[in-house]
Amino acid sequence: MSRDKRTTEDDAIASLSDGMTIGIGGWGSRRKPMSLVRALLRSPLKDLTIVSYGGPDVGLLAAAGKIRRIIYGFVSLDSIALEPHWRAARQAGTIAEPVEYDEGMLQWALYAGSLRLPFLPTRAGLGSGVVDVNPSLRTVRSPYADGEELLAVPAIRLDAAFVHLNRSDMSGNAQFLGPDIYFDDLFLSACDPGHRYLSCERVVPTESLLDEGTFHTLRINRSMVDGVIEAPNGAHFTTCEPDYGRDEAFQKAYATAAANPDDWRAFSERFLQGSEAQYQAAVAEWKAQS
Amino acid sequence: MEGTVMSTLADIVVIAAAEAFRGDGEIFASGMGTIPMLGARTARSTFEPDLMVSDGEAFYVGNELPIGGTNKVVEGWIPFRSVFDTLWGGRRHVMMGASQIDRFGNTNIANIGSWDRPKAQLLGVRGGPGNTINHSTSFFIPKHTANVFVAKVDMVSGLGYDRAAELSEWVQRNHRLPRVVTNLAVLDFNSADHSMRLVSVHPGVSVADVQAATSFELVIDGQVGETREPTDLEQAAIDRLDPRGLRHREVS
Repeated sequence: MSRDKRTTEDDAIASLSDGMTIGIGGWGSRRKPMSLVRALLRSPLKDLTIVSYGGPDVGLLAAAGKIRRIIYGFVSLDSIALEPHWRAARQAGTIAEPVEYDEGMLQWALYAGSLRLPFLPTRAGLGSGVVDVNPSLRTVRSPYADGEELLAVPAIRLDAAFVHLNRSDMSGNAQFLGPDIYFDDLFLSACDPGHRYLSCERVVPTESLLDEGTFHTLRINRSMVDGVIEAPNGAHFTTCEPDYGRDEAFQKAYATAAANPDDWRAFSERFLQGSEAQYQAAVAEWKAQS
Repeated sequence: MEGTVMSTLADIVVIAAAEAFRGDGEIFASGMGTIPMLGARTARSTFEPDLMVSDGEAFYVGNELPIGGTNKVVEGWIPFRSVFDTLWGGRRHVMMGASQIDRFGNTNIANIGSWDRPKAQLLGVRGGPGNTINHSTSFFIPKHTANVFVAKVDMVSGLGYDRAAELSEWVQRNHRLPRVVTNLAVLDFNSADHSMRLVSVHPGVSVADVQAATSFELVIDGQVGETREPTDLEQAAIDRLDPRGLRHREVS
C-alpha cells in the first residue's frame, strides 16, 4: 500500500516559512486551490514570492500584504477582466518586486525548473516591454548555423506548490476531469520535495481513479505530491469543472466589495476570518439569502 | 443582389474583422472578445472554410457555433499548453484588443502610466509578446480615440514593426500585423516604413474624422475607400452566429 499523505490546509500552511517561493496552480479564476490560499491568508506568513497565472489567489494575497515578489503573466478574474485588489496594490506600489512575464515565458520558466535546467530559450518576450522592465533577463545565441539570439528564460524552483484537482487517492495520484490541466503538473514538478500540496474535491481509492475519466486524466502521480487535502468546493469561487462552474454571483460580490475598503472589511469579516468549514458555511448562508 | 439587407455598423465591423483571416487556410483563427471571435467564425462560415476556431475555452469546434452557444461539435482539444505550442509553431492568427497602439503597431494591454507605479493597472502583458513575435496578430479596437492611438505606448505588450526590425531575420519574417479594425476604420501597416496606413473608412466616417481621433499622422496613399458591407450570404452567417446581437454591445 502507498503512503497515506492526507493532511489539512492549516497543517500544510503551518509547515511553511516566511520568505518562501510558492507556486499556485490553476489559471485566472479557474481551478484555483482557494482553500489553501484562504488558509495562507489566516496565517502570519509574510514576505512571500508568489508564482501564478493569477486570479483571486493573487488578489487576496496582495490585499493581505503577503506578497513581496511575484512572477506572473497576468492577473484576471476571467469574466471580470481586471482583479480589483491586484489593481489597487499595483497602483499603490505595495508590491515590492513585480516580475511580469509573457504567459508562455512563465510556462518555460516552470518547465526549466522542473527539468533542473538553468534556463530555456524562446523568442517570446524579446523586444517587448517584458525585457524593458526585467533588466536582469539575458539572451543566448544559438550555437548552430542560424546564430539567432534568443531570450534565456531563467528557471523557477519553488519551495512550495499548491494545486487543486478533481480527484486524488490518499497518496497523491491525482486526476483532472475538466477541460484543461493548466500547468498544475509543472508547478508540482518545479517544486522541491517537502511542500507540494494537492487539494482535491474528493479522495477516492486508487482502484476508483478510472471510474470517472480515462487514463489520460492521470497526469499527476504520487512522486510529485507530499500532502493531499480533501477540500470539497475547495476551488470556490473559481471553476472546478465538471464538479462545479465558477460562482459568478459570488465572484461579483467579491469584486464589488474589493473596490471599497469598508465593504472589503465587512466581506473579509464575514467570509475570511474563520476556518475553511466556516467559509463554506458562510457562503451557503449567503447563497440562501441572495 | 447585394445590399438588400440593411447592415449595421457592427455588421460592417464584423466583416472587416473576418477579412483579417482571408487567405489564412488551415490555422487556428483566435478571437479575443465578441467581435474578433465573430469575425473568425464568420470567415470560416463563408470565404475561409479551412480555418479552425475554438470555443474560447479548450476545444476546437467543428460546427457553426453561435456566440455563447453550447451545442458544439468538438473536433479537437486545445488546452492552454497546446495553444502555446500552436502559437510558437506559427499555426495561429489572433485578433486581440489594445488599450494603446502606436504608429508602428506597438500595443499595450498591460498598464497605463509608468510600469513601476501604474496609474491604471490593466491585464498585464498576457500572451502579447509571444503572439506578436511568432505569428500574425490583428487588433480590434471598439473605440477609436486619440487616447488609444497614441504617439508612444506606456508598456509594449505586443511588438510593433520598429521593434521587430531590431531583432533577428527570423523574427522579421514571422512578425506580421495584418490589420487593425476599429469602430471608424480599417488600418494596416502596408506602407514603405510599416507605419500605420488608413485602408478604408466605415460608411458615414471621413478620413478627417479618423485622423482627428489618432495622435500620429496616418499614411494615406491615394483614395481611401469605404469599408465594404457584408454580402447577403455573409450577413446571414453573422445573424446565425450572433442571434442575440451581442456584437452591437461592442460597437454602436
